Formats: sequence, C-alpha cells, structure tokens
Amino acid sequence: MLLSIKNLHASINGKEILKGITLDVNQGEVHAIMGPNGTGKSTLASVIAGREVFDVTAGEVIYKGKNLLKLAVEERAREGIFLGFQYPVEIPGVSITNFMRTAVNEIRKYKGLDPLGGGAFLKLMEEKKKLVELTSNLANRSVNEGFSGGEKKKNEIFQMAMLEPTLAILDETDSGLDIDALRVVANGVNKLRTKDNAFMVITHYQRLLDYIVPDFVHVLFEGRIVKSGTKELALELEEKGYDWIRKEQEGKGIAG
Amino acid sequence: MQGQLVIMESDPDNIINEVTQSDYKYGFVTDIETEYAPIGLSEDTVRYISLKKNEPEFMLEYRLKAFRHWLTMKLPEWAHLEIPPIDFRDIYFYAAPKKKKQYESLDQVDPELLATFDKLGISLEEQKKLAGVAVDAVIDSVSVKTTFSETLSKYGIIFCSMSEAIQNHPDLVKQYLGSVVPYTDNYYASLNSAVFSDGSFCYIPKGVRCPVELSTYFRINAANTGQFERTLIVADEGAYVSYMEGCTAPQRDENQLHAAVVEIVAMKDASVKYSTVQNWYPGDKSGKGGIYNFVTKRGICKGSNSKISWTQVETGSAITWKYPSCILLGDNSVGEFYSVAVTNNYQQADTGTKMIHLGKNTKSTIISKGISAGKSNNSYRGLVRISKNASNSRNYSQCDSLLLGSACGAHTWPYIQVENKSSIVEHEATTSKISEDQLFYCQQRGMNAESAIGLIVNGYAKEVLKQLPMEFAVEAQKLLSISLEGSVG
Repeated sequence: MLLSIKNLHASINGKEILKGITLDVNQGEVHAIMGPNGTGKSTLASVIAGREVFDVTAGEVIYKGKNLLKLAVEERAREGIFLGFQYPVEIPGVSITNFMRTAVNEIRKYKGLDPLGGGAFLKLMEEKKKLVELTSNLANRSVNEGFSGGEKKKNEIFQMAMLEPTLAILDETDSGLDIDALRVVANGVNKLRTKDNAFMVITHYQRLLDYIVPDFVHVLFEGRIVKSGTKELALELEEKGYDWIRKEQEGKGIAG
Repeated sequence: MQGQLVIMESDPDNIINEVTQSDYKYGFVTDIETEYAPIGLSEDTVRYISLKKNEPEFMLEYRLKAFRHWLTMKLPEWAHLEIPPIDFRDIYFYAAPKKKKQYESLDQVDPELLATFDKLGISLEEQKKLAGVAVDAVIDSVSVKTTFSETLSKYGIIFCSMSEAIQNHPDLVKQYLGSVVPYTDNYYASLNSAVFSDGSFCYIPKGVRCPVELSTYFRINAANTGQFERTLIVADEGAYVSYMEGCTAPQRDENQLHAAVVEIVAMKDASVKYSTVQNWYPGDKSGKGGIYNFVTKRGICKGSNSKISWTQVETGSAITWKYPSCILLGDNSVGEFYSVAVTNNYQQADTGTKMIHLGKNTKSTIISKGISAGKSNNSYRGLVRISKNASNSRNYSQCDSLLLGSACGAHTWPYIQVENKSSIVEHEATTSKISEDQLFYCQQRGMNAESAIGLIVNGYAKEVLKQLPMEFAVEAQKLLSISLEGSVG
C-alpha cells in the first residue's frame, strides 16, 4: 500500500472540512476524486501535501509505511508527493529553470545524491519538455508570472515530469483549460503513469477522465467519501449531476 | 511633492522568523599587530594622522579646515534611525598594520593577513590569478597590497591607495578631492575629511576604456577603530571604468563607526559604473554590536553625455545611512541608482539617492528594492530635483518594499522637486510580503523554507542584481540568502 488514509478529520479556523476520509491508494493506480464545490476536495489535497493552515483533528495518513502527518511539507515532497496546484502562485524574478534546479537538487541531496550540474540539468529539462509537449520557452520566464491559465497548468505537469513523484495529486488541473491544453495535460499524465507510481486526480468534470482513465472514482460530499466505484461512476455522475448525490445523502439524513 | 508611506505590523509569523534569525556568518578576528593613533579626537589627532602618513602641507591644511568646521556641526537627526550616542573621545581614529614596508611578493606579507584573505575567499594569490580583476586590498586603514598596477599603468590608468595618490599625484588629488563632497557637506563627511585614513584613488585618462573591473575589499579589523575610507574616482573625457567595492567585517560586540566618503567625477562623454556589496557586521540577533555605517557617496556628471551608475547591495551594518547621489550637471548626462537593502533582526537602514538635474535633457533612473525581516526598519529616502534650467529632463523611480514576517518596518520617503514644465518625473512604489502561498509552493517542490526565501528574495531583487558585474552578482546572491537565512549559499 502506497497511501492509506483512515478516518481523516481536518479543519480550518475551527471549521471542520474533512469529516472522516478513508481511502487506500496502491502503486500503479489512478484515483479520481470528484464532487461539487466546497466539499473538501482541495482540502484533502492540501492536507496530504502538509499545508499548515489546516489542523488535522483526528485520523491517520500512512505513506510508504510512514506517519505522513509527522513530516514537514518539504519532506513529504522529497518522499515523492507532488501537488499540482489549482492556482499556481507567481514568483517574480525566479526563472523556472532556476526554480526547478533548486528543487531537483534539494531532493537529490535528501536522497544522498550529488547535485546535477548545469549541463546535465538542462539536458533533463529538454527531455521532460519534450515528454510533456512543452514547446514554448516557458522555462526562461519567471515562475507562473504572466502565464495564461493553460500555461500555468502545463507548467505544473512539466514540474511533475521533472520531479518524478511516487504520488501525484492533481488539484483541478483541468479547470480553465481549453480542449487542446486539456489533451496536453492528460497526455503528460498518461506518459508518466507507471506501475510504481500513483495519481489522485481531483476534478469537477468527467471530461478529463476521457483522457486520463481512472481505476477508481470517489465522490466526496460534505467532507466524506460517499460513493466509490470504477470509471463508470464518473459517467453516471456526468449524466445525473451532483444533485443525485445530494438527494441520496439527504435521504440518509446526514447532509447540512 | 513629498510623500510618506509607512507600514508596520505586529502579528508574529513563525516560519519566517525562524528562518531569518541566524547568526552572522563572517565573524572572525585576525590578530595582526596594529599601530594606533592616540584615542579620541583633537587637532593633535589630525596632525598625528597627517604626519604618520607623511603628507604634503596642503593635505594637513585640508584636514585641519575640515576638523575645525566639523567642531561647529551637529549630528544629523533627520533620518529614520535610532542612533545611540557616539562618544568621539572613545574612538581610535587611526590604526595601521605595524609592519608597513613595501612588499615585493606575497611571501613578505604577514601570514595572518593572508589567512584572513583566505577565510574571506579572496586571497591575493587567487585574486592575482583571476584574470580581469585588479585588487587593492585594504585591511584597516593602510593599503597592504596592490596588484595589476603595472598592467593598468600601460593605459595610463592610475589605481592606487589614496595615500599613494597624495604622495605621487598631489596635483590630481588637490584638483578633485572635495570637489564633489566638500568638507563642509555634512557631519560625517567633515569628520572623514579631517581624519580619513586611506582608501582608493582611480584616474582614467582621456579616451581610455579601463580593460578590467577595478575592485577593492574593505575590512574593519581593529577593535574600537573608526574606519574612515576616502575614495576618489575620476574618469576623464570619453573614459570608462567599472569599479567594485565589497566588504565583510569580523564579528564583535563594540559598535564600530564607519564614515566613508566616495567621490566620482565623470567628464564629457565619460562613464563610471560603481558597484558595492556591503556586508559589515550587523550586530547579533538581539541587536547588540554591529557597525554604524554613515557614508557619503556622490558623483558629478560634469561634462555633457556623461554617465554615473550606482549599484548597491546592502546587507550589513547595524545602522546604514547612505545616499549615493548624482549631480547631473552636463547636458544629456545620465544618473542611475540600483539598490537592494536588506535589514534583519534589529538592523536599521535609511538609504536612497539624490538625483540633482541641472543640465538639459538629463535622465535618471532609480530602482530601489528594500527587504525587511525580523524587527528591523528599512527606509528608502530619495530626492529627485529638476532645476529650472534642466529642461526636457526625465526621472523614473521605482521603490519596492518586501516584508518578511510582521514585526519589521518598511518606509518610503520620496522627495520630488520639479522647477520646469518640460520635464517628466515618474514614481512607482509597491509593498509586498512573501506570501504563505509562495513559500508553500516552493516547499511542496522539496525546498526547505530557507532555500525558498533565498530564491524568492533573489527573484525580487533580480532587477538590481543583474546590474552587478558577473562575479559580483554571484557573491551578492549568496549574501542576500545568507543575511536572511544563515545556511544557504
């Protein structure tokens, strides 16, 4: 088991967002996390990545046999957890090359490897740019500064390719993308899929799952996973809408 | 127009605080025999210094005039600084390494001194090999070693210590010393004029483009010694020179006074680029100790089409009071000021520039990037004055402040005076904080908080850093990271 989440509760400023998440992810699997706005999808991603604004109030997260919640943000990243951001932040004046080189070499240092020299690093960048079909000279620009929505998301996928994570969490990577950009992003993910890594793809829409075919689909509602299934569940959701889930839950009397 | 923008916040911000509370990395003291002037300041001290340096009569007179004027002056109090009282009776105004014979090779130099350079990573041995950099290394007050002078003399370039210039080129010194910063200019400049110990002198003759970057390393090294450097750079018609000055100082508890004067003269069509990385000991985490740095730097674009460009990276000193300025006298002359000033812990900086437009079609650019951390205070103070005759002149100013944590202060005090209608002055200012989002983004990519802050801060300061000569830029980037974090570099 790569990731095992048990009864995870998390809150922000005293408001509980995650109300008992349980989820297992194995290597080689792609899990889609779906659900309406404000149900805790991004919170789940943030908590796994270690964002400090969220307080974990109960439950446990075991990653590679370790208590993930005890690791610092950067330790989680160095252990192979990657978060593709929904809203990647701008860092003026810092080129993507410089940014990535710092990241790659810090991770290498953690693993006891020598830092990559300039030449080797640039070669790696070229390889990965090709892999994710990054044609523009994005790498020379400041991190996310003045990028279009599509460029920002492609840049996230490019960074994922550079860092070769074991567990990649993509937080609504499809939002704001036109169909071509969506395809580029999805192709990148598909090329990076191996039997050794796993993906958690957070999305609103079934659309992305036409390109990234998930092994499992989970529906998150009011801070809990209320339904799990295979890719067919996504199609059913697309057809019936989230109201279907809402009504079902209200029927159980736990909504609100 | 006169404006003021003050930002003070008081909420704690743990992560940034932890990261920014690091000790000074370059603290060490070299044990070299030193010869002191009698402690305290009087006419006798001034005479002693002049005599010790075997100066011609005109220099002694200049010093005495300055000293007598200084006695009539009061400490300036207009800066946004809290300056503890300085007891001028308790300061050694002159300290020279005792063994002061001329060295022909490095073997003859005090091994302790060479070891100091080694610790700094600027051993003369290495420096000599570094093609393209001539070094005039100053420890305390007397120039110990000058390299590359012969190469430079082929071009007629004079690059030597101020003491040597006074001995060997008295006419040039007489003509230009005090011509940009008169001994009556301000309290600290007057003091410097009276007791300056040494410094660098540089003269680039007509039409000569100096083929190497000139650099000087300053270092305060004797306890309780006021350091009064005096630098004079003259670029004659059509000449060009790029001059670099950088320094680190040993860690110690007593406050040390540093009051340097730098004068630059650019004649017609001449261009001078002056770059500084300043890293004097800033005091410890609780604000104890550290250098007081009261510097007067000014250049005059005397001839038409001349240009003076200041670039400074200020990371050190407990107190910084410094306004590298340009007097744009010649028509079409250009003044530039690029600055990064970092304050951390209890450091205080009041720094900026003055652009005085006197000639027609003169242009000036000001890019100032302040970075405040800890409980420090960082002020930009700048004057742009466009006189009546400076028609069609332009100024562009950009003053940015970056706050790390929430107990620091960033202040901007721009003074703008425009006396004609054909000129254009633009002023932009921003204040920002390193956001938690930026930190998280970097950390999620595997960087620790220190690296992340180093990266973000260097990105923020890039516009200024790119103005520095290549080898200096690398050092400056490291310094920025070190002064905010400690271990990165």
